Amino acid sequence: MSLTRNNVETIARLARLAVTEDEASSYASSLSKILHLVEQLNVADVSAIEPMAHPLAGMVQRLRADEVTAVDEHEKFQRNAAKVSSGLYLVPKVIE
Amino acid sequence: MTELHTQTLAELSAGIKAKKFSSVELTRHFLNRIEKFDAELNAFITVTPELALTQAQAADARIAAGQASVLTGLPLAHKDIFCTDGVLTSCASKMLSNFVSPYDATVVARLKDQGVVMLGKTNMDEFAMGSSNETSYYGAVKNPWNLTKVPGGSSGGSAAAVAARIAPAATGTDTGGSIRQPAALTSLTGIKPTYGRVSRYGMIAFASSLDQGGVMCLSAEDAALLLQAMSGFDERDSTSVEMPVPDYRTTLNQPLKGLKIGLVKEFFEQGLSEENAKPVRDALAVYEQLGAQLVEVSLPNLPLSVPTYYVVAPAECSSNLSRFDGVRFGYRCDNPKDLMDLYTRSRAEGFGSEVKRRIMTGAYVLSAGYYDAYYLRAQKIRRLITEEFAAAFQKVDVLMGPTSPTTAFDIGAKVDDPVTMYLNDIYTIGANLAGLPAMSIPCGFLGGLPVGLQIIGSHFAEAKLLNVAHGYQQVTDWHKRMPERYA
Repeated sequence: MSLTRNNVETIARLARLAVTEDEASSYASSLSKILHLVEQLNVADVSAIEPMAHPLAGMVQRLRADEVTAVDEHEKFQRNAAKVSSGLYLVPKVIE
Repeated sequence: MTELHTQTLAELSAGIKAKKFSSVELTRHFLNRIEKFDAELNAFITVTPELALTQAQAADARIAAGQASVLTGLPLAHKDIFCTDGVLTSCASKMLSNFVSPYDATVVARLKDQGVVMLGKTNMDEFAMGSSNETSYYGAVKNPWNLTKVPGGSSGGSAAAVAARIAPAATGTDTGGSIRQPAALTSLTGIKPTYGRVSRYGMIAFASSLDQGGVMCLSAEDAALLLQAMSGFDERDSTSVEMPVPDYRTTLNQPLKGLKIGLVKEFFEQGLSEENAKPVRDALAVYEQLGAQLVEVSLPNLPLSVPTYYVVAPAECSSNLSRFDGVRFGYRCDNPKDLMDLYTRSRAEGFGSEVKRRIMTGAYVLSAGYYDAYYLRAQKIRRLITEEFAAAFQKVDVLMGPTSPTTAFDIGAKVDDPVTMYLNDIYTIGANLAGLPAMSIPCGFLGGLPVGLQIIGSHFAEAKLLNVAHGYQQVTDWHKRMPERYA
């Protein structure tokens, strides 16, 4: 499977990445090579195989009691944000 | 007295205990060496001398009070993927080049509790995506054995720092070989434990079903000491395993007579020259002399590990890295015109090209119409490979083979072709897909460059791996060799 520049622009939009036309062409070429590598997977017969999502068999998702266990540290955490006001993260206006 | 930097952690620990030197003296010695050598190696992104000396003083006080553990006062470097409270944690990305972590990763906290002194944060491939440490926003790392060569990756800074003896040990992470391949290329002992053995809390996520923290150091005994302190259940990591951690040091010296070693046929057939195979075959002969029995095993689907990985890992990466949105933390572009522009431009400017390539690969294989053909198929083949490993461990105790198809290559040699770069991990990826513990230990040199022997164990067989590696290191001295320039 080879990707075109248009394909890459669609993928980039899905991935929320801005790409220039030049970058899109270059990614089309390198992503096509990767997909070509991945096509080797077509040789295996997987008709009766269950997909594996976790490397340890029989693991179950652990649940905890629904209790407050963490203290409020939002001021500390928000020090890493680019724009904050009154404890809120600021972004460009979404609704006019 | 033997130079401090040529000693293992076990030796340094004995020296501190015998009051031959203090933690402050030891820490100063390594800080001086970092100052002297790191400009040419680029192994560190951040050095933390004041913090290190404060921690060393506290360790000395703890030692004087008789409350020391075996690791108290020993210096160590952390890969910059581990969150460190109050210290820049960049993951070698422009995206996090302003991120001062507000908390410690569990691995960092556990070593801190033992009184381990942090020297600084090591360089790596950006977000751990790479096999040569050339994708770092902070520049390529040099291999101490030859400064024109790569140290391997993604834990390349940790590898270079320990190989040049500017740190006695370092943490690393391994998603597809990122501890073992750099360990092999720089002549270190490196271990990636079983998935779930070491907490991933505070370890910046790349591919969550594959990522596992571990260590890079000078001997299997040192790996045992560090792993002991790092391992164990952590309720803050939902995939952490609730299982007691054995005392790894008590089983290091078990005799290897009768050990059944499986030689993975596919490893020796796939992309390995006879020249590159020779140091590995010599190591296998040493094991035979120690009483081990060699058995050939075949894992027919193992050659599919690289393509399987390059579906699964990018898929998980695209999902994990969606958290970098320019809003809550990390890089934010200037003057965004709207919210979409803020997202797309912050991410385009903040991530390097290899990271973007993997995000897009992941977005593609997960997208509507392609999910079954790529992602679901890869998950099925992952099961086939895992089952083949399980069948092999019915017959043998450990599997052995090369860690890397070649020795360290020239800086710049493979940067233009991602697929050629990906094939560096041809022997290491299988253990990640199956969640198995695996090591690389030094087993010789080729043209002056180190070669690694890979040892893979069954789930939670870290003690066996360390025992098998330690037995070899008792009768060989490859792991004691160091680059002359840094002796």
